[in-house]
Amino acid sequence: MSPLTALLAVGQSAAGQSAAGIDPTAPIHAPSISYSGLLPILIVLGAACLGVLIEALVPREQRFTAQLSLTLLALLVALADVITLRGRSELTAANALSIDGVSLFLQGTILVLAAMSMLLVAERAVEPGSAIVASAAVVVGSPADRRLASSTRVQTEIFPLALFAVSGMLIFPAANNLLLMFVALEVLSLPLYLMAGLSRRRRLLSKEAALKYFLLGAFASAFFLYGVALLYGYANSVDLADILRAQNSSSQSDILLYLGFGMLIVGLLFKAGIAPFHSWTPDVYQGSPTPVTTFMASCTKIAAFGAILRVLYVGFSVSAWDWRPVIWAAAIASMVVGAVFGLTQTDLKRILAYSSIAHAGFILVGLVSLDSAGLSAVLFYLASYGFTTVAAFGLLTLVRDGNGEASHLSQWSGLAKRSPLFAGTFTFLLLALAGIPLTSGFTGKFVVFRAAYHIAGPLVVIALVSSAVAAFFYLRIVVLMFFAEPAEDGPTVVIPSALSGIAITLGTLATLVLGVFPQPLLDLADKAAKLRG
Amino acid sequence: MHNLSLIGLLAIPLIGSLVIFGLPAGRDLLAKQTALIFSVLTFLYTVILAVQFKTDAGASRFQFNGSWVWIRNLGVHFAFGLDGIALVLILMATLLVPCVVLSSWGSFDTEDEAEERELPKRSPKAFFGLVLLLEVFMVGVFAATDVFLFYVFFEAMLVPMYFIIGSFGGPRRQYAAMKFFLYSLAGGLLMLASVIGLYVSSGTSSFAFADLLGHVPNGATQKWLFLGFFIAFAIKAPLFPFHTWLPDAGAEAPAGGAALLVGVLDKVGTFGFLRYCLPLFPEASRYFAKTILILSVIGVLYAAFLAMGQRDMKRLVAYTSVAHFGFIGLGIFAFTTQGGTGAVLYMVNHGLATGLLFIVVGFLVARGKSRQIADFGGTAKVTPRLGGAFLIAGLAALALPGLSTFISEFLTLLGTFTRHKTLAILGTTGIILAALYVLLLYQRTMQGVVSAKVSAFRDLSVRETFAIAPLIVLIFALGVYPKPIIDIINPAVKFTMHDVGQTDPQPQNVAQPSSNGGHK
Repeated sequence: MSPLTALLAVGQSAAGQSAAGIDPTAPIHAPSISYSGLLPILIVLGAACLGVLIEALVPREQRFTAQLSLTLLALLVALADVITLRGRSELTAANALSIDGVSLFLQGTILVLAAMSMLLVAERAVEPGSAIVASAAVVVGSPADRRLASSTRVQTEIFPLALFAVSGMLIFPAANNLLLMFVALEVLSLPLYLMAGLSRRRRLLSKEAALKYFLLGAFASAFFLYGVALLYGYANSVDLADILRAQNSSSQSDILLYLGFGMLIVGLLFKAGIAPFHSWTPDVYQGSPTPVTTFMASCTKIAAFGAILRVLYVGFSVSAWDWRPVIWAAAIASMVVGAVFGLTQTDLKRILAYSSIAHAGFILVGLVSLDSAGLSAVLFYLASYGFTTVAAFGLLTLVRDGNGEASHLSQWSGLAKRSPLFAGTFTFLLLALAGIPLTSGFTGKFVVFRAAYHIAGPLVVIALVSSAVAAFFYLRIVVLMFFAEPAEDGPTVVIPSALSGIAITLGTLATLVLGVFPQPLLDLADKAAKLRG
Repeated sequence: MHNLSLIGLLAIPLIGSLVIFGLPAGRDLLAKQTALIFSVLTFLYTVILAVQFKTDAGASRFQFNGSWVWIRNLGVHFAFGLDGIALVLILMATLLVPCVVLSSWGSFDTEDEAEERELPKRSPKAFFGLVLLLEVFMVGVFAATDVFLFYVFFEAMLVPMYFIIGSFGGPRRQYAAMKFFLYSLAGGLLMLASVIGLYVSSGTSSFAFADLLGHVPNGATQKWLFLGFFIAFAIKAPLFPFHTWLPDAGAEAPAGGAALLVGVLDKVGTFGFLRYCLPLFPEASRYFAKTILILSVIGVLYAAFLAMGQRDMKRLVAYTSVAHFGFIGLGIFAFTTQGGTGAVLYMVNHGLATGLLFIVVGFLVARGKSRQIADFGGTAKVTPRLGGAFLIAGLAALALPGLSTFISEFLTLLGTFTRHKTLAILGTTGIILAALYVLLLYQRTMQGVVSAKVSAFRDLSVRETFAIAPLIVLIFALGVYPKPIIDIINPAVKFTMHDVGQTDPQPQNVAQPSSNGGHK
């Protein structure tokens, strides 16, 4: 079932159900749908379907160009459309979908970051035939697999897969209806499970990552769905607005509400990679092809946080006293786990994975305040973190030796001697992740902590302490690159083509500009911090 | 409100730094010359500002004010202004930089030497570029009049220093650089919590120092906010018991870097006490003053004993600084004008004296390729000029009357005595201990039998003499005639004492140290 039909179906069932109470024989009215508001989603979905056709019909030599241009075009046109929609605030498809400031801001961010990730996916100068395996179904270790290793064939199915995932990500933060949110969750997750297993090098690790991600993700989805069912039992509706109303008026037992909320939030916290539901993150980030990791670490995270904040702000704002301890606990767990376990890692991708867990904790801190300042702070943080992440992972793909990416910490020693520009840029990004002033990481932390301070002072202090701890493992990389002696047969820094070049430069520049002149984006986030529910 | 003077002061070293980083690789001499020219220009520019600085009774607290909105919805301004305290510290810092540039001129290993000692060949270009970049941040941190901007400079300062220690330091430089960075960052983040808390609790929607002044509610909030700032500054200063990073960083940093680290960077901590802790949190300052004074005295005595036990010259000098920061802490938290003025003067003099000491020790280490005291002996007989400079630096560190440090040490102790007699007396014993560790150091390295290694030392070159001459001249000049500096400092200290709500106690038959030390 495509999300669009699902969307319609949900709308119809919602309309039908409200009618059911009055007159079972009354005709079912199709809800009105604001197609202009849905246009960005439709464009991406349409392009994804078109991508499948290209895969089937276009000759192999031309597929890569066709797919890449279609993907980038679709993402950019959708972005342009999101920009023209700015200021729009409406509910559509029987209140299932909300076109408001927050969803548009997040959609715009996801589209930009997805386009940048796709540039990394399409990079072929670093690894002949891109980082994506040409034929994922071949058994690892078989003769066919060995032939595959030297093949320069390019696999292009990943582009339509990514577009499907993006369309799910666009719906996810805009969904005002829990069933639609579930559909979006699945639409964004299923392609990602596949994409995680597509690495050209270290194929076993990649397949393991895909399987792990799939199994745990399926669990999380089940939790989510169970939560939705319980909440339906409580509120007699899956609309967030109805659930909110029911909390003031429902005669049902509160246990349904708490259990339902708990299970729902477990599913969402899993997707955002927040402790204690984070255990998939390091393995999946490490095993996936790095461009796909980039995509997951930036876009998926943003979409998941979009959904979390909509659920909390729109659906459960009146019971904030009940859920706030849960968010506190998750935030603290995430920050501590990210910072402490990050210390013990020796693989750069795993370090960045733990860093992303810690950052997820920081973002949660911004959510406890439940006001528009917190909302705009989180929006800013998500955008700035996304750019830094894309640039950092993008740089990671460039350090290579004979076995592909050299992501073990020890291989990076003395890298600054070989490539000062690379080391300088990566150091800058690490400082941004550590939250040093004049980088976007600092501005983001600052606005988030400021928003949370008056309601969660101790939480802010814990956040600051854990960022001090986390700074250690970022610095360790800097120390290694600059102050250690280069290894004899160490890796080299490959010069990428313009594709990765653009993505990395854009991410780094955004990190700098948002640190020095954050005003425009802060203004934008302030204006966008409006939820329609 | 758009005076560009201070932007100019920031721009000169920044341009210099960019020029140096932009030079093609291998142009080391050109890099050194550029660094020297730009650092001297910066100093001259500061002197011009100092001459224009008004010190008469009606003069405003902050001068050369320039303020631009930076991040509107956070109330952050790109705001600069100088009070007397900031001005003298900037003067000291900008003087120290050219001295460091000159003294570090030849301190880089040649290719062969680097190989011999199994250290990587290090690029002088990067060193001088970092020093000038550090100068930008040092000036900025003193000149900022917006708390947020101050914080930005406070943290940004870490980065060039981290690379100076980590890339150009001694054998354990990685460990020292990491320790330095993490200590400072941890303190900085506590301060960030307080900065945010300050903004939220003051309700002013602005980070400008002038807007925040007097808007921090009394009570528990103020105490917590104070502690956030205090711990950050105490780590930076460093005050006992937050000092443990300094001996490592000071010993492993290259001599020039150590001079800037202890001479200037650490002053940001004590400067922060005076500029931010006392005025913004007067009630909390009074509440914690007693504890801090006791910590300061412990620091004076404890560090002095540790200094005596050191075998490593640079570690020894680092410990003497911890002791000296104890004196500064005494002067600040005694809440008297003499104490405050003495503390600021101490900061300046300590910058000059310890800067000199580190540079001279650096010369010695560069000759002997060792930091161990035991490796030297009878050096003064071989190199009389180096020995003389070493003696002057040492005597300045132990505050010999006639040298500038004596005045400041006397003033701080005097200021403390009028309020806390016991502490002042205990602190005074620190002077005796200082005499012990300095003279023992001098005796062991400079006097006695000339070892074979030492006999090959050459005396100070002309360049090296020029590097330390300005510092020596100033140490003597300010020891005899400190009035110009005190005139600049005094009004600012009075403003601070007014902010903290303290008036000087009536002195009981205590002679006034200078015409300006009086009470109002």
